[in-house]
Amino acid sequence: MKTIQDLEEIRKNTFNRVNQGLDRKSTRIVVGMATCGIAAGADEVYEAILDEVNKLGLSNVVVAKTGCIGVCRLEPIVEVIRPGEEKVTYVKMSPYKARRVVASHVLVGAVRNEYTMHVIKGKILNDYTLDND
Amino acid sequence: MEVYRSQVLVCGGTGCISPESVDLYRTLKSEIRKHKLNHEIEVLRTGCLGLCELGPVVIIYPEGVLYNKVKTEDISELVESHFIHNKVLERLEYKVTEGEGKVRNLNKLDFFKKQLRIALRNCGIIDPENIDEYITCDGYKALEKVLTTMTPLDVIENIKKSGLRGRGGGGFSTGTKWQTAALQKNNEKYIICNADEGDPGAFMDRSVLEGDPHTVLEAMTINGYAIGASKGFIYVRAEYPLAVERLEHAINQSREYGLLGENILGAGFNFDIELRLGAGAFVCGEETALMQSIEGRRGMPMPKPPFPAVNGLWGKPTVINNVETFANIVPIILNGPDWFRGIGTAKSPGTKVFALGGKITNTGLIEIPMGTTLRETIFEIGGGIPNAKNFKAVQTGGPSGGCIPEKNLDTAIEYDTLTALGSMMGSGGMIVLDEDNCMVDVARFFLDFTKDESCGKCTPCRIGTKRLLEMLEDITKGNAEMEDIDKLEHLAMGIKKVALCGLGQTAPNPVLSTLNHFREEYIAHVRDKKCPAKVCRSLVQYVILEDKCKGCGLCTRNCNIGAISGKLQETHKIDQDICLKCGMCMHICRFKAIVKI
Repeated sequence: MKTIQDLEEIRKNTFNRVNQGLDRKSTRIVVGMATCGIAAGADEVYEAILDEVNKLGLSNVVVAKTGCIGVCRLEPIVEVIRPGEEKVTYVKMSPYKARRVVASHVLVGAVRNEYTMHVIKGKILNDYTLDND
Repeated sequence: MEVYRSQVLVCGGTGCISPESVDLYRTLKSEIRKHKLNHEIEVLRTGCLGLCELGPVVIIYPEGVLYNKVKTEDISELVESHFIHNKVLERLEYKVTEGEGKVRNLNKLDFFKKQLRIALRNCGIIDPENIDEYITCDGYKALEKVLTTMTPLDVIENIKKSGLRGRGGGGFSTGTKWQTAALQKNNEKYIICNADEGDPGAFMDRSVLEGDPHTVLEAMTINGYAIGASKGFIYVRAEYPLAVERLEHAINQSREYGLLGENILGAGFNFDIELRLGAGAFVCGEETALMQSIEGRRGMPMPKPPFPAVNGLWGKPTVINNVETFANIVPIILNGPDWFRGIGTAKSPGTKVFALGGKITNTGLIEIPMGTTLRETIFEIGGGIPNAKNFKAVQTGGPSGGCIPEKNLDTAIEYDTLTALGSMMGSGGMIVLDEDNCMVDVARFFLDFTKDESCGKCTPCRIGTKRLLEMLEDITKGNAEMEDIDKLEHLAMGIKKVALCGLGQTAPNPVLSTLNHFREEYIAHVRDKKCPAKVCRSLVQYVILEDKCKGCGLCTRNCNIGAISGKLQETHKIDQDICLKCGMCMHICRFKAIVKI
C-alpha cells in the first residue's frame, strides 16, 4: 500500500518519463493507441517502433502507448519528443515509416518532414482520397 | 510493387473546374512518360482537397510543394523544371505564410488552438496503462487533498460552487445530486459511473476511458468519500473491449497501490470499484434502467421520483454520473471552483467534449469551452464541409436531440440554448449534414433507431415510435397526404408529453425539430412527391441525358436487371418500371450522361 510520501516519490521519479517540456532528459515516443488508432493500424506501428529501437540498441528512449488525441482522421499518429527539442507529430504512419522515423529522427535527430502534416489555408492535406480513374 | 520516388497529386474535386483538372492529369501523365519518368513518379488524381480558391492545384510529395492555378499549357515547363532540373517552378508555386506548409507540431493547428482540454487533459499525453504516468501528472493529488484536508461537506460545497452540470445530457447540477445523496441516512450507498454510451456517432466516453481511466477511478473515490459510499460500479458497454481492458488494468493497478480497497492512503476510508458490462441496449443508458440492469434484472426505466440519489441501486441512495462529469471532478478539486466557474458561461460553466462526425472535414474528438458558437465549432475547429458542399444542419444530442439549421449557427453552445432550439446537448455527438442529406430521411433514421431500442414498458414509446416511423416511411415513399404531416406532429407532441422515461420523451425530437426547421422538405415529399436532396429512393429517377449519351453500352452491360436498352452509338433509355435505382449506371458512366432527378 502506498502512502502520500510514496506517491510524491513516484511523481518525482516518473516526471522525466512524461515531461513535455524542453528540459526532458530522454526521448519519448508515443503512439496513439485508442480504438481509432488501432483501427488505423497503430498496433503494427507500435511493434515496429519497439523492434527498431531494440535493433538499433537505443537506450534512453521511452516508447509509450497513449489515448485519442482528437484527430482520428490522421491516425496512426506517432509523436516524438527529444531532449531540448519541440514535439514532432507524425501522421498517417505505417510500420515502414515508423522505422525510418526511429532510424533518423530518434537516432540522429533528423526530422522526417515528409511524414508531418501539410497544412495550406487551414486544410490538412495528408489524408487525401483518390478519385476513381 | 513499384517504388516511386515522388508522387504528384492533381486535385480532381468537383469544386475546381473539373474538366480542366482531368486534362491536367492526362497531360501530366503523358509529359512524365515522355521524359521516361513514369517508373519513378506516380501521378494520382485526388478527391477535393478543399483548396478550390487556389485551384486547380498540383502537389508534389515528398517535398510538399504546392503549385496553384495550374493550366494545361504550364505542364511541360513544370515537369521540366521540377523533375529534370530539380528546381521549383516559382512562377506557379504557392507561397506559404506563417503556420502553413509542413507543420511539425499538432498543437499548432487551428484545430487545437480554439480547444481547451480539461476532461481530456491527459488523453494523448500519458500512457493509460501506466499508473505512474498518471500520478506524475498530478494524479491522485486531488484524492490526497480530499482525504487529508477536506470534510465530505467541503467537497460537496466545492462541486456545488463550481456549477458543474451532468455531462450525460440532462445537465442536472452534479453538486446538488451529491448533496441529496449525502443527506440520506443510510449506511449503504453507491456510486455509479454511466459509461453506457449509446448515441450513434458518439465516442467521448470511450476516449476518456481508453485514454485516462484513472481520472474516472479517482473521481469516483472522491465522490464515495463525499457521500459516504464504499462501493462503486462502472457500467460500460461490452462493445468497448479496449475500454474494458484498460479499466480492468487500471482498477488492478489502483488496488495494488492501495488507492482502491481498505484504508486508502492511510486515511481510514474504504472504497472499491467493480465493472459491469452492458449488453448494448440503448435504454440501459437511462439511469433507472441502468440500475435495474446492474441488479441483474431486465433493463427497464422506473418512474421518477424517487430519484436514484434517494432510492437507487438495491433501494439505497446512489449517485450516477457520466464519465465526462467524473473526468471534470479532479481538476475542480485541484484548481478550485472559482477557476472552473471562470471557464464557459454563467449558466453552463466549464467545457464540453464533442465527437464531430458526418459531413465535416476534421472528424474527431474536441473539447471546447461552453459558449463557443456552433459556427466556430463546425467551420473553424471542424474545418467546414468537405467536397465544396453547402452546410445544411447539425444534429446534436443523438436520437434524443434535433437538427439545428444554418440560421441558428451563431448560437453559443450551452445546455439551455440548445434545448431552446428544439435539440439538446446530449452526451456530445455532433453530426454535420450537408445538402446531400434529406431531413425526412434523417428523422426516419433516428426513429428507426429508437423504435428498435424502445424497451416496451410504456405504450406511448412502444407503439408511438413505431407509428411515427411508419408515417415517416410513407412520406419518404411518396404515399402520404398533406394532413399526415399534421398527424405526425400531433402524435410526436403526444409522445413527448406522456412517455415514461427520458428516452421516450425525447424520441420525437428528431421529428419535431426537422418539422420545425425544414417543413418545406416534408411538403416537397408529400405534395410534389419529390425528395429535394435526392435521397429517398422511391422519389428519385435515373435518366439518361440525350445530348451527353454516346451510346457506348457500358451502362447496359452493368445493369443487373436489364432496365437499360438502346443500340450502340444511339441514346440509351432506362425503363423506370424495372429500374431498382441502385445507381450503378450513374456511377460507371464516363460521360456523366446519367443523372438523378
